[in-house]
This record gives sequence, structure tokens and C-alpha cells, in this order.
Amino acid sequence: MKRTRFNELHKSLGGKMIEFCGWEMPVEYSGIIPEHMAVRTKAGLFDVSHMGEVLVMGKDALAYVQWLTPNDAAKLEPGQVQYTALMTPEATFVDDMLVYCIGPEEYFLVVNAANVDKDFSWIAGHAKGFAVTVENQSDAYSQVALQGPLAETILQPLTDIDLAAMKSFHWTKGKVVGKDGRVSRTGYTGEDGFEIYTMDPDPGVLWTTIIEKGKPLGLLPIGLGARDTLRLEAKLMLYGNDISDKTTVLEADLKWIVKLPKGDFLGKPVIEKQLAEGLTRKLAGFEMAEPGIARPHYPVFFEGQRVSEVASGTFSPFLKKAIGLVYLPFEATPVGTEFEIEIRSKRTKAKVIPTPFYKRAGKK
Amino acid sequence: MYPNDFRYTKEHEWIKVEGDEALVGITDFAQHQLGDIIFVELPAVGKELAVRQPIGVVESVKSVSDVYAPVPGVVAAVNEELGQTADLLNKDPHGKGWIVRIKIKDKKDLDGLLSAGEYEKFLEGLEH
Repeated sequence: MKRTRFNELHKSLGGKMIEFCGWEMPVEYSGIIPEHMAVRTKAGLFDVSHMGEVLVMGKDALAYVQWLTPNDAAKLEPGQVQYTALMTPEATFVDDMLVYCIGPEEYFLVVNAANVDKDFSWIAGHAKGFAVTVENQSDAYSQVALQGPLAETILQPLTDIDLAAMKSFHWTKGKVVGKDGRVSRTGYTGEDGFEIYTMDPDPGVLWTTIIEKGKPLGLLPIGLGARDTLRLEAKLMLYGNDISDKTTVLEADLKWIVKLPKGDFLGKPVIEKQLAEGLTRKLAGFEMAEPGIARPHYPVFFEGQRVSEVASGTFSPFLKKAIGLVYLPFEATPVGTEFEIEIRSKRTKAKVIPTPFYKRAGKK
Repeated sequence: MYPNDFRYTKEHEWIKVEGDEALVGITDFAQHQLGDIIFVELPAVGKELAVRQPIGVVESVKSVSDVYAPVPGVVAAVNEELGQTADLLNKDPHGKGWIVRIKIKDKKDLDGLLSAGEYEKFLEGLEH
């Protein structure tokens, strides 16, 4: 099993360690519910060093990123970040990812831990005809995410970056606790917060200092368990559950990352066809209308017919109810539609509700 | 920690005999392993239970676990309070967090279960 450079620190904090995508990672420290609530109300620190980082450089870097992704990377100035995807020609997902614009000829792609090798092969495999070099830097990077309403308050004294001046989905170079790195105002929790990337070979002090300074303000270390409940409340996609190489970007309800006027890109013809013909199914958010918690892969029924299985499903610690995401026939996706989920051989009522399930106050 | 008048299973259930009936729940060790419990599915009163038959389901945020009958019997009552306050299993696993009351078929069935001391020794073995 691979270990991040913070592995021993997780164990010393009492982290319950599990295997995740070949990594030994903490699933929880003090409990999923207290950790979840800390991020919603105070702050939480995540080790996300298992994520993958791929650097694309060269005179065709922009054209190349444009070809691989549906969002419009040409809109990015240096210092900006964009959520997008790696598309197959079928307009399904190789992965979802963040693109950091470093400069006009340099883009930094952050991909899921589960997909690093596949993504890198995919990206490098499509480089023919583009003047680019592609480098998998995943092993060199450590990454932590500081998330929650107090994230800026906790991080500001520890960095030379003016955080108040950094807008959402922007990044800059700087020092955090004396370590050189990149800091972006991004995250995967639905809260304000920052992600910090460093190539420092010994970044432990970054983790311990943020924990130490944040603790009096209510910061907790957060494991993968709460990371999953937080991202689901904010309706952020989990590759393998909500999106995959079997689901198209439109079916995943991610039309907002598709920018057709930008020019040709992988999957575009399929997207245009789906737009013209309409979708047969779409990802919808639901809550349980009867007692029970829907879990991934539970069978789903609409009008008596088995239609799919639960993509993501959990108990929402903030909303205190069972929620989830599921692909439903298009006619079943309007808010209020009732359907059934089989929980331990019992068909249990669920209904489509608006998403995101959680939106932080003050966010547009 | 583990009451002396209870018997235990290696699957971390406890049973407390009261006359012809017995209360059944999950141990403190089990609730710790599961984390914050948020939902408990209870059996129907009157249900006949064979040994090791599921008597309920305990769900935490991330996990779903069956609870089994330590001995054969019939469900005499269920802890209705768990419908609203499943976290009683975390807060008071050996008391208010009981799950079902069963009418025991034959008290001899209890003989194969662990004493408090044996259960504690079993747990020590798990931690090493």
C-alpha cells in the first residue's frame, strides 16, 4: 500500500486507517458526524495527497487541453482554476478534474487517485500531433485541503499570500508554514477553503502547524468518510459512483462544464446529438420518503420497473436525512417524482428533490 | 466495562437474561467500531428466531451491519425508542441501547456463549 507523507501523523492523531485506491488513508479520526459538522461550521483539514497531478507544457498546451476537455480552458488566465473532465469520444468520463492555468503554455491537471495511471495513459496517448510534453508528477506532490468557514482565518497567519484577495477558483504560488507551494481557493466540500500543493519532500510541519493553530478554533482532521458525506451534500461527483465511462456529461447533469462554441473536442458530436435528441436518463438527487438509508448499488424501481441502481447514497449529517444520487429515466427526474429503492428486499419510497442538497449561506 | 451478568458472542452481541426472557444488544466494542449509529431496523414482534438469524440491522453513516440472535427464541418486544434515537446504541450500548427482548426457548442454549471475562480476553486477542 502507498502511504502519503503525512501517514504517521494520521496514526498519531488516532486516524482509523483503511485501504483506498491502493493508498493507506484515514477514514475517520473522531467520527464522521463530528468531522462533517466541523467542516460545515468551523474548519477541517484533509490529506488529499493521493490525488494525481499531471503537468502539460508546450506551445500547443492550450489546444491540447481544449481537445481533451469539454469546458473552455481558453477562458482561463494564469492564476485561474476550472472544473472540467477528461472525455471519451462517447462523451463519457475518463475522469473529472481541475485544470490550473500556470501560463499560456503550461497547465496543471489534478485528477482522482483511483484514475491516475489510466488518466496519464489517456492524456499521453492523445498527444500525437500536439507540441506538448506531459509529466506525471503525482508522486512528487503532497496535497492538503483546509475547508470550512474559518479556513481563511486559520491559514492567513501561516502564509505570505494575501488570502482575502484570492477569489474562488483562483490560485497563486507562495509559502505556507515555510514550505513552497501552490494554494488555490478550491475544495470538494461545498464550503469555502483552500487546497495546498507542495513538492517539499518533508511537508509534515504543514499538517501539524495547521492542526495546532486551528484546533483552538474548532478545526478537526477529516477522514475519507466525512469527505464523502460533505461532497455528496454539495452534489459534487464521485468518479465510479456518479460518473464513469458509462455515463455522459449531459446525463450527469454537468451541462455547465460543456462549452460548445469553443471548437472541436473529444465527445462533442455525441453531446450535440444528445442535445438534439434529448436524454433518456439523467442523474437526479433524492431523499428517502420512508425510513431507510439508500446505499450505492441498491436496486431502483420506477413505476414498478427496475430502472437502475443507487449511484451515491448516505445519511446526511448536516440535513439529518437519507439522501443520494441516482440515474433515472428522464421522465422521472422532475423534482417531486416518487420512485422506489429496494433496501434489504423491501421497496422503500424515495423522491426527487432539488440539488445541491446543501448550499452554504451567502454563496451565489 | 462488560457487565458480569451478561453473556456475549464473538460477533459482539450481548444478552441479559431476565426470567424466561432476555434483552439483546450490541457491545460497547461494536458500537465503537461502527461509529455514529443513525438507523436501526427492528424485527417484527412475534418473529421466531433460529440461532444466528438476523434480528435487526444497525447502520452508521458509512456501514450497514446485521445483528444476530445469540440464542433461539421469539421476539417479545423491540426497543421502539431507537426509531427516533438510534444513537442510544452509542451512548448506552449495554443499557438504554438494547435492541430486542426475546423469549428464550431453552436456557441451555446460553451455555455456549462467552462470559464477560472470556469476551474481554477475546477482544484483547483482536487488538493484537
